[in-house]
Amino acid sequence: MFSNWKRAGVKIALVLAVGIVFWWGCSGKKEMAGSGDAASKVYVAPGSYDEFYAFLSGGFSGQVAAYGLPSGRLLRVIPVFAVNPENGYGYSEETKGMFNSTHGFIPWDDSHHPELSKTDDVPDGRWLFINSNNTPRIARIDLSTFRTAEILEIPNSGGNHASPFATENTEYVVAATRFSVPIPDRDVPINSFKENFKGTLTFVKVDQTSGNMDIAFQILAPGFDYDLSHAGKGPSSGWFFFSTYNTEQAHTLLEINASQKDKDFILAVNWKKAEEYVKQGKAKDWDGEYYHNVFNESTQMAESNLKKGVKMLIPSECPGLLYLMPCPKSPHGADVDPSGEYIVGGGKLATVIPVFSFSKMQKAIEAKAFDGEVEGIPVLKYDEVIAGEVKEPGLGPLHTEFDGKGFAYTSHFVSSEIVKWKIGTWEVVDRMPAYYSIGHLMIPGGDSRQPWGKYVLAMNKITKDRYLPTGPELNQSAQLIDITGDKMKLLLDFPTVGEPHYAQGIAAELVTKHQKKIFDINENKHPHVTKSEKDARVERKGNEVRVYMTAARSHFSPDNIEGIKVGDVVYFHVTNLEQDWDIAHGFAIKGGDNAELLLMPGETLTYRWTPKKAGIYPFYCTDFCSALHQEMQGYIRVSAANANVPISFGTGK
Amino acid sequence: MKRQSRILIATASLLLIGLYFTPLWWIKLDAPQYPEGLGLYIWINQITGENPNDLQTINGLNHYIGMKHITPESIPELTLMPYIVGFLILSGLCITILNKRNWLAVWIGSFLIVLIAGLVDFYLWEYDYGHNLDPNAPIKVPGMTYQPPLIGTKQLLNMRTTSLPYIGGVLAGLSFLLGIVVWFREKRANISTKDTKNENVLVAH
Repeated sequence: MFSNWKRAGVKIALVLAVGIVFWWGCSGKKEMAGSGDAASKVYVAPGSYDEFYAFLSGGFSGQVAAYGLPSGRLLRVIPVFAVNPENGYGYSEETKGMFNSTHGFIPWDDSHHPELSKTDDVPDGRWLFINSNNTPRIARIDLSTFRTAEILEIPNSGGNHASPFATENTEYVVAATRFSVPIPDRDVPINSFKENFKGTLTFVKVDQTSGNMDIAFQILAPGFDYDLSHAGKGPSSGWFFFSTYNTEQAHTLLEINASQKDKDFILAVNWKKAEEYVKQGKAKDWDGEYYHNVFNESTQMAESNLKKGVKMLIPSECPGLLYLMPCPKSPHGADVDPSGEYIVGGGKLATVIPVFSFSKMQKAIEAKAFDGEVEGIPVLKYDEVIAGEVKEPGLGPLHTEFDGKGFAYTSHFVSSEIVKWKIGTWEVVDRMPAYYSIGHLMIPGGDSRQPWGKYVLAMNKITKDRYLPTGPELNQSAQLIDITGDKMKLLLDFPTVGEPHYAQGIAAELVTKHQKKIFDINENKHPHVTKSEKDARVERKGNEVRVYMTAARSHFSPDNIEGIKVGDVVYFHVTNLEQDWDIAHGFAIKGGDNAELLLMPGETLTYRWTPKKAGIYPFYCTDFCSALHQEMQGYIRVSAANANVPISFGTGK
Repeated sequence: MKRQSRILIATASLLLIGLYFTPLWWIKLDAPQYPEGLGLYIWINQITGENPNDLQTINGLNHYIGMKHITPESIPELTLMPYIVGFLILSGLCITILNKRNWLAVWIGSFLIVLIAGLVDFYLWEYDYGHNLDPNAPIKVPGMTYQPPLIGTKQLLNMRTTSLPYIGGVLAGLSFLLGIVVWFREKRANISTKDTKNENVLVAH
């Protein structure tokens, strides 16, 4: 009997042990892609193209990363706000000017929100805009070359976060200051915040032919933090919506002090009205200096101009320009659905997702259903403008995109999930965990009138155990989810460049159709171009030496240079003579205190060099161009400052 | 000549006008790193790339094997050919208008000479480019020459080289064939009229 009990006890212990081990095993195991056919859904065969381009902001990398979806292949990192020694961007004489600002040469920034140019509120693949948050600027990338074509500084701003969202036909891109500051900036006590600190909303006009930007006008706004934004569309065309936080107007310990009110605001801007006011001459001339840097593709040179003065609209003098909609609590996203009727606020600390109705907002304005005002701006009654609330969505709702099939997808940072809900009934229909702590999400075209509602891409702030570890510093990650069915399906995740804050996606053919393969050398109007090897030469003027050099497979002309002296300032104007797709040449000199040049076919770039010591300096091609790439090299002889070595040069002599 | 024959000769002559507007020959180069291919068009008066920069690229690549630069200006035949073709067109039209059957054989004969001379000349240029190589070229493969085929495909190092008549070449061929056809028709017609004449003589007796 006893032995039976004993045997039973051993059995139970065994079962328990196995159970515990099994439980350990399970709990220790990571979540994997759920469905077996996930691999085939993201498989893009070698040599085949992805269906979509995804442009992810690089965050603190300052750049933009272009990926293919659904494969998640990194196609290219586009240098924008950070210098890029890899190709000499920000180092070559031609590109240095792109970094000019009223604070001098700025080698780094924090790039946040990519925005594709749009036609009729559908991405059109011409340009990609992106803001820099630290030193307020907007850049425009030309999608025929994937290069930064323009950088415009935003004056009277303390951190360009709610930017560069575009109107339906890219008439304007906007810039709203995240940090309120004295406008114009001046030396005041920080604790005079409420008295002296203001926000600004900047409307930047975009030329539809060249894409060139310039500041049309600014609106002086209450001293809040302006976070994100979207333009209206369809019925709400002509309006812009900005989320605000820190309406408490705290200037210290914001995590507590800016989280006191139950509701902050979504600021609605009637920009058509603003245009009218500007036309009527209601805008005041305010100070504000800003740099406008445009890369001239013809001369292949950044043109940098300091501009002065802006047109400023003061809301109290412009009735009907601004309205405040109370929004719980510290909202991040201000996202407009494809119909243009609904504006979704993503209250980071809210327990619901509020959805505002544009038509109700119009009625409330008409009926003057106001709940007081802030600095002369009417505050609309919450109940009069709300269409519905998504109840118990998750924790920390941030940002919403749409699939064009009647559903919305909201990222939730704290509960680390995407929540799918139905527009109209406001009911949650599905949830998908994010690994981990999702910030933004992106459906290609998901903020436009016509989303390509096939995938949602989660951009996650924390990566932890998702990939092979790389020490304490880990890349962030993106996560691709199939949204074609009722239930979201995780397909793929991949590491990202920098910290993507937001992304844009577009059907690939809209971008591929106007891709450039080379720069036509006949169109190259660079002042120091060398279009033929026989024109290669070295010229001295005082201590300034200019080397007019060509690169072609597999030699430089000239490749032997003598007569350079210590104390000279030497400019190597190197032209890649190739007109053959993807045949690039590089240029680097031993000891050069500069980054290399990478020259695309037909391009001229300049390497500035100040040799410090006499001797022989090899230089070579850094981009494996041909079978004899390794032979593509030369020598520069540097003589003492007082030497009598004449300038001489040649190739093959 | 019969009315039909005259029309055909006129057509044959007019077809040759196309040679001023479309290349005679097409040389296509495929290589592992050129999936999109490189191509050359040979016209009666010029050599061009299939894409705007192909000629420059091909010349650039050819310097590795020591091949001379293909510079259309240095090929005198390209200056001569438009006149020769012009002569064929005009003389063909003359034959039609003046209705000179006897000249037809001369026209076909000279056309044949132009065709053969053209092909031989083309072959010789190809031979020269393919064999007459710079002794200091970086790439020297013992026994290897780089003459492209006249018609057909040949692997030359990493380049698969295909040479084919292009629309202009086909037009020239068609024009020549039309000439031959007319010549045979006229010959037969000639014989049958002679026969009828003989019969008439017999009947008369």
